[in-house]
Amino acid sequence: MFLLRLLLKNAFRYRLRALLTMVGLVVAISAFGLLRTIVDAWYAGVDATSSTRLVTRSSISLTFPLPLNYAERIKAVDGVSGISWANWFGGIYITERNFFAQFAIDPESYLALYPEFVLTDDERTAFLRDQQGAVVGRKLARKFGWKLGDTVALRGTIYPGTWSFTIRGIYQGKDAKTDEQQMFIHWKRLAESLRARAGNGGSQADYVGVYVVGIKNPDDAPLVSQRIDALFKNSLAETLTETEKAFQLGFVSMSEAILIAVQAVSFIIILIIMAVMANTMTMTARERLGEYATLKALGFPPAFVVKLLFGESLLIALIGGGLGIALTFPLARLFVSQVGTLFPIFNVSILTLSLQLIACIVVGTVAAAWPAWKMSRIDIVQGLRHVA
Amino acid sequence: MIARRTVPFSYISRNLMVRRVTTLLTAGGMGLVVYVFATVLMMSEGIRATLVATGQPDNVMVLRKGAGAEINSGISRGQAAIIGSLAHIATDGQGNKLVSKEPVVLNTLPKRSNGKPSNVTVRGTSLIGLSLRPQVHMIKGRMFRPGTSEIVTGQAIARGFAGAGLGETMRFAGRDWLVVGVFDAAKSGFDSEIWGDADQMMQAFRRQAYSSVIFRLTEASAFDQIKAALEDDPRLTLDAKPERVFYAEQSEALATFIRILGLALSVIFSIGAVVGAMITMFASVASRVGEIGTLRALGFRRAAVLSAFMGESLLLALVGGIMGLAAAALMQTVNISTVNFQTFSELAFQFTLTPGIAVKSIGFALAMGLVGGFIPAWRAARMNIIDCLRQA
Repeated sequence: MFLLRLLLKNAFRYRLRALLTMVGLVVAISAFGLLRTIVDAWYAGVDATSSTRLVTRSSISLTFPLPLNYAERIKAVDGVSGISWANWFGGIYITERNFFAQFAIDPESYLALYPEFVLTDDERTAFLRDQQGAVVGRKLARKFGWKLGDTVALRGTIYPGTWSFTIRGIYQGKDAKTDEQQMFIHWKRLAESLRARAGNGGSQADYVGVYVVGIKNPDDAPLVSQRIDALFKNSLAETLTETEKAFQLGFVSMSEAILIAVQAVSFIIILIIMAVMANTMTMTARERLGEYATLKALGFPPAFVVKLLFGESLLIALIGGGLGIALTFPLARLFVSQVGTLFPIFNVSILTLSLQLIACIVVGTVAAAWPAWKMSRIDIVQGLRHVA
Repeated sequence: MIARRTVPFSYISRNLMVRRVTTLLTAGGMGLVVYVFATVLMMSEGIRATLVATGQPDNVMVLRKGAGAEINSGISRGQAAIIGSLAHIATDGQGNKLVSKEPVVLNTLPKRSNGKPSNVTVRGTSLIGLSLRPQVHMIKGRMFRPGTSEIVTGQAIARGFAGAGLGETMRFAGRDWLVVGVFDAAKSGFDSEIWGDADQMMQAFRRQAYSSVIFRLTEASAFDQIKAALEDDPRLTLDAKPERVFYAEQSEALATFIRILGLALSVIFSIGAVVGAMITMFASVASRVGEIGTLRALGFRRAAVLSAFMGESLLLALVGGIMGLAAAALMQTVNISTVNFQTFSELAFQFTLTPGIAVKSIGFALAMGLVGGFIPAWRAARMNIIDCLRQA
C-alpha cells in the first residue's frame, strides 16, 4: 500500500509530463486498437461463412460465367443437399462512394441456403412475387433511409443501363457476424433483360456467376468439391469448387499487401509511444539520481529502486493505456460512420482488447528497463554528489 | 550592456548532444511518424505513376458506355469494325491503321511464393497492339507468333506467378500456353499483364466480343472530333477516352484510399510524437533555468531565448525527419503487388519518392517540432531573470 502511494506520488510529481505521456499513450493505444479492428473487418466475410456451403465458380476466374444447366447436374452429385446461384450485379447507387454488394439471386433456393438472412413471412412472399423487387440488409436500409416500398435506382456497370428496384424486404442478420449491407435482386429479371437485348450479349442470358452448393455433411466438403469439378472436367466451362471460407479468403488475400502494411503500421505506433515513454522514464531517473542514491544510502537494496522505476512506468502505461482502450469503442463507431458502407461488420474484438493491454504492459516494461538497469548500478557517493 | 541578437547555434546543437539518449528517443519517435507519412505518400504516388505511365498521350481507348473498366466492357466485332474505319487514326509505315481490338479477361492464377490465387489480366493483342505501347520491350525471349498458343508475360507476372517465366507453360481456358518471352513495360501497368494473340484468346475463352479498342490518333487534338463521331453514331453505345485519362482514373480509388488512410494515421501518430517532443523540451527548459537566467542577464532578449529553444526543437525534429525519410527512401527497392479493386486485378508497383514528397515529409517533421517546442520555449522566454538566477 505504501509502495503504491509512493508510486502515485512519484508518477505525478511532474504533473504536466505525466499528463503528456498519458495523452501519447491514449492516442497510441486507441489508434492501435482501431487499426487492428480495421484488419479484422477485412476478414469479417470469412468469419461469416458456413461450413455446409461450397462455392462453384469458373476455373478461369470469377468474371467467367457458368451455364445455368449445370444446376441440375450439380444437384445430382452425391452429398449435395441444395443448390442456388448468384450473379454479381455491380451497380452504382448515386456515386461510387456508396459501395455495397448486390447479388442477383434465385430467391427461393438462395434464401433456403442462407438461413442467417432473416425475413418475415410477409416480406418473403412479397419479394418472391415481385420480380422488380429487392431485399436489403437492415444496416444498408438505415444508412440510406430506405423503407419498404421505396424505389431504388442503380446504374449498372456490368449490366448496362439504369435499373430500378422496389424494396420488398429488409432482412436482419441472425447474429453479429452476418453482413447486413447486401442487396438481393431477382436473377430472372437480369436474364430476361439480357435475352431481350439478344444479339449483343444474348448468349449470356442463361449463365450464372457462381453456384452456391449446400452439402449435407461439412466433412465431405473436399470430396464433394472433387466430384463436382470432375463432372465438368474438359468441358467448355470447367469449374472450381471450394468451401465458402476458402472462397472468401481468396478475396482477402488479394489485398494482403495492404493488410500487411496496416498491421505493420499498427506496430509502429506502439514503437513510437515506446520511444516517448522510454524518454520520460530516462528523464525521470536522471532527475532523481540524488534520491535513489539517498535510498540506497539508507539501506534499501538496488532491487527497490528497480521496483520503483518499473512500478511507476507500468502505472503510467496502464492508466494511459486503459483510457486508450476505453476510447477505442467510440473511435470505432465514429470511424465506421465516416467511411460509410465500406466495412459491413466492424466490431472491436476481445483479441484486440487483450493485445492493447499487452502492448501497454510491454511499453511500460521496456521503457523502464534501461533507466532501471542504470539506476540500480549507481555509485552512492557519485549519486549524492549529483545535483539534478 | 550589449544587446545580443541570437544565441549561437553551437549552444543549441550541443544541448542536444549532451542528452544523447533523450535526443535519440525523441527524434526516433518523430522519425517513425515521418517514415509512415512518407511511405504512404510514396505508395500512393507509386500506384498513380504506374498507371499514368501505362497510357500514351495520343492513344484513345474505347469501351462500352458505363463500363468503367476493360473487364466489364464488351464491343462486338461489328462495332469494332466501325471504330476502325473512323478518320484521324494514324497509320504505320506499311499503311496499316494503328488500331488494336483486344479481348481482356481476368484469370485466377497461383502466386509463385505461396500458391495463393490472385487475378491476372490476360490481354489478347497483336503486333499493332505492341507498337501502340512503345514503352513495352521484350527483355527475354521473343514476341508471340500470331495464330499460336504462345504468350508473353510482363516481368512482374513472370517473377510473381507460377509458370509465368520464360519457357514455362501455363494452363488456362483448356489449353497449354507456352511462355516465349518476358517483356518490360517501363514500370507501367502492363508489367502485370499476360499477352497473347487476340484471335486465339477469343477462341480459347469463347468470347464473342472484344473488351476494348485502342487506336493512335494522327494528332492528339483530333480527339474531340473522334469522340463526337463515336457519340453521334447510333450503332455505337461506346465511351472514348484518352488512354492516359482512362488509366489515371483506374488508379484513383486505390491511390486515394491509401493516401487518406495514411494521412489520417500520420496525423494521429504525430500527436504521439509531438507529445514526446514537448516532454523533452519541457525537461530541457526545466533543467536549464539557471542558464536561461544567465543568458538573459548577459543581455540576450526574450526573443533570443525563445528562438534558441525553438531552434533546439526544430533541430530535433529535423534529425527525426531525416532519419524517417532515409528509412522511407530504402523502401524504394521494395516491389509490392496488390489487387487494384477498381479493376479487380493484380497491379505491381514500387514506392516512388519524389522531391515533393521529401519536402512534405521534412515539412511535416518541422511542423511537429514547431508545435511541440513552442509552449516550452514560450515558457522559457517568459521567465523572470531574478527568479531564474535565484533557482540556479
